[in-house]
Amino acid sequence: METTIALAGNPNSGKTTLFNELTGARQHVGNYPGVTVEKKQGTYVSNGYKMTIVDLPGTYSLTAYSLEEVVARDFLVKEEPGVVINIVDASNLERNLYLSLQFMEMGIPICIALNMIDVAKNRGIEINEKKLSEFLRIPVVPTVARSGRGKTELMNAAEKMVKKNERPIPLDISYGGDVDQALVEMEAEISANSFLTDTYRARWVALKYLENDEQIRSLGQKTDPVLSSKLEEVVNRLSIHLQDTLDTYPEAMIADHRYGYIKSIIKQGIISFKQDRDRLFLSDKIDKVLTNRFLGPVIMIAVLMGLYHLTFAYSEVPVGWLESFFGWLGGMVEAFLPDGLIKSLVISGIIDGVGGVLGFVPLIMFMFFGISLLEDSGYLARVAFMLDRVFQIFGLHGSSVMAFIVSGGIAGGCAVPGVMASRTLKSPRERLATLLTVPFMNCGAKLPVFALLVAAFFAANEAKIMFIITLVAWGGALLVAKLLRITIIKGAATPFVMELPPYRLPTFKGLLIHTWERTWQYIKKAGTVILGISIVIWAMMTFPSLPESKTQIFEAERKAVMVGVSSTVVEELESADEEAELSERAEGLKDLLTAIDYREAESALKHSIAGRMGTALEPASRLAGFDWRTNIALVGGFAAKEVVVSTLGTAYSLGEVDPEENQSLSETLASNPGWSPLVALSLIIFTIFYAPCFVAVVCISKEAGSWKWGAFSMAFNTLLAFVLAMLVFQVGTALGILAG
Amino acid sequence: MSKLSMRRMKENQSGIISAVKADGEMGRRIRDMGLVPGTHIKIQGRAPLYDPVALRVMGFTLTLRNNEADLIVVEVE
Repeated sequence: METTIALAGNPNSGKTTLFNELTGARQHVGNYPGVTVEKKQGTYVSNGYKMTIVDLPGTYSLTAYSLEEVVARDFLVKEEPGVVINIVDASNLERNLYLSLQFMEMGIPICIALNMIDVAKNRGIEINEKKLSEFLRIPVVPTVARSGRGKTELMNAAEKMVKKNERPIPLDISYGGDVDQALVEMEAEISANSFLTDTYRARWVALKYLENDEQIRSLGQKTDPVLSSKLEEVVNRLSIHLQDTLDTYPEAMIADHRYGYIKSIIKQGIISFKQDRDRLFLSDKIDKVLTNRFLGPVIMIAVLMGLYHLTFAYSEVPVGWLESFFGWLGGMVEAFLPDGLIKSLVISGIIDGVGGVLGFVPLIMFMFFGISLLEDSGYLARVAFMLDRVFQIFGLHGSSVMAFIVSGGIAGGCAVPGVMASRTLKSPRERLATLLTVPFMNCGAKLPVFALLVAAFFAANEAKIMFIITLVAWGGALLVAKLLRITIIKGAATPFVMELPPYRLPTFKGLLIHTWERTWQYIKKAGTVILGISIVIWAMMTFPSLPESKTQIFEAERKAVMVGVSSTVVEELESADEEAELSERAEGLKDLLTAIDYREAESALKHSIAGRMGTALEPASRLAGFDWRTNIALVGGFAAKEVVVSTLGTAYSLGEVDPEENQSLSETLASNPGWSPLVALSLIIFTIFYAPCFVAVVCISKEAGSWKWGAFSMAFNTLLAFVLAMLVFQVGTALGILAG
Repeated sequence: MSKLSMRRMKENQSGIISAVKADGEMGRRIRDMGLVPGTHIKIQGRAPLYDPVALRVMGFTLTLRNNEADLIVVEVE
């Protein structure tokens, strides 16, 4: 026999720790259908009895305001788990019971895990769990999730409840005379018409109408509009009456009475405090330092720099391994496959594509490890607390900072883990605005582009220009966030109301599970799409290939060059391997042939779809100072920003330029009449703001829950970048500055 | 005994909530965290830029933006 058990509770109550303790590695993370809320599921076996454990999102309440709460509520109603284990933080009993009470109002069978009983004891809080169990008429089992204490007893109690299979007697408390009277009236109507009663209790439906619950009201409106309006009428009457007499709202009365009920039961000898409740505990003493007006920000900067260092410096080694592995693989294919399209597809399309997907894996792992560490220890909440004032101005949230920093707020990050870091944000509008603006930060792949242009045109002011580039990125991102929040993502700020949980030492097991499951999700979900797009971009830069008439011209040139030298030289070059020392004349021949190859590559690129796009866009891009070569490079940059450099190399007949060694290319640009410092500046601005690379676009779509937002970020960012670059170029031209 | 909005309370000042003047989502979030009339609270501190405010309620620490604290009336001792 199998059954489902759901874990529900407040955030920071130790719910996930208990889940990890129960299921170990036997867990699986997915999403609830159609939303971005994570669904964690695992199995627990005891005495041959297999149970599916579902970890519901942590919530403080069961309203319809937040996605997490709706998801939890829908799961409980639709999936009907055998029993719900409600994890209650024993050191924080009153507030945690508020959620328990709402389960009991719904008539859901629950069993309470009185967690962190050791922390409570240390804080001088004694709880009489037997009495609590008697009062609530539900099993209460003390536990310490971190050490696994009480785990077996808890699961035995849960199993017993499942086997008994009794629906509990729902809890009906008084919400004050006026509300109770309305409830009775509404309940009678609901029962008489069997309105929504196949899924919900009649009294609960009435309660939700009084609480202005969007979800239940719109469901009611669809099911029976007449009755629904009648119920709303009762609610309106009560609202007006409460406003007139007590200056309050029905929902406020209900919340007040729930807390009143909790206070009344725990006062009956269930809880005793050995110490003053406002006493400062170790955690508060740490906060005196870590959120101190002067010391706090200094320490925070150090911690954020540390996280950044962890993510990008330590991941360099495994990234290097992956790069050399894929380099080796490419070399093998190079050696064993005959020249031609298949070879080009395997190397440039598939191996580079898979390498591109996996190249981000170490970054993502290190980033999630660092963020989990900050999140589980409780420090992340302090960062949000300290920085909220700044981010609030731009319609964001204090927690947005993580995503910005990781994306390249400190130049050299990466928008892919940055976009994923926005998961720590719980406010939907603030989160979306963060997701859409983090790609403006200067990621590590944009840096070679800046380095190339700065070396060619601003070599004297390198440091200054790089600093200005960072400021432009931050300023642009924050202002665009503000713009989005007053236009397409408008709406009042999501209430901040945030708990500062006590500092806790994270468990290593928890950190590893957390890191791994998120990394795996990236590989699984983003990986396939990224491989596909990588092949499409390869095709765009390869097809249509040069017609034979053109390739023959280059072939003829090669022949002509070879005829011009003696046959011994040709033989020497053909028989020599890569590293062999060549004679002066053979070297000369090699250079001539390479130059022809590069020119052929240039015309092939111009002939391809990407090349035609670049040429077709030239009339428009001229406004910002870009010719067709720059356009192709920017199209290539959609694969990864550093590709801009190598593609520019091909377009200027220099072959594929290594982004790290750009000397020849920067000299070519500096001496090219089509270029000037103004064009370079315009291109820098464009590179900061234009469409994120497609890996980031895929991640934005996944995190925002819709391809619409991925498409939006491509179109909007490119348009914005073009307008800004055009402004720079036109104003600069008009004023005659930086003309070179 | 006097009533004032939570924004105007000083560090370490404590009192009892007498009214929460918010409805909708804001009101709900505030009440869910136990900020209902009759609850004892104490101001624990403020962020470096004086907003948000951190307060102690029922043994845990909660933070609110100043414009949210405006909606809560406290009877101070």
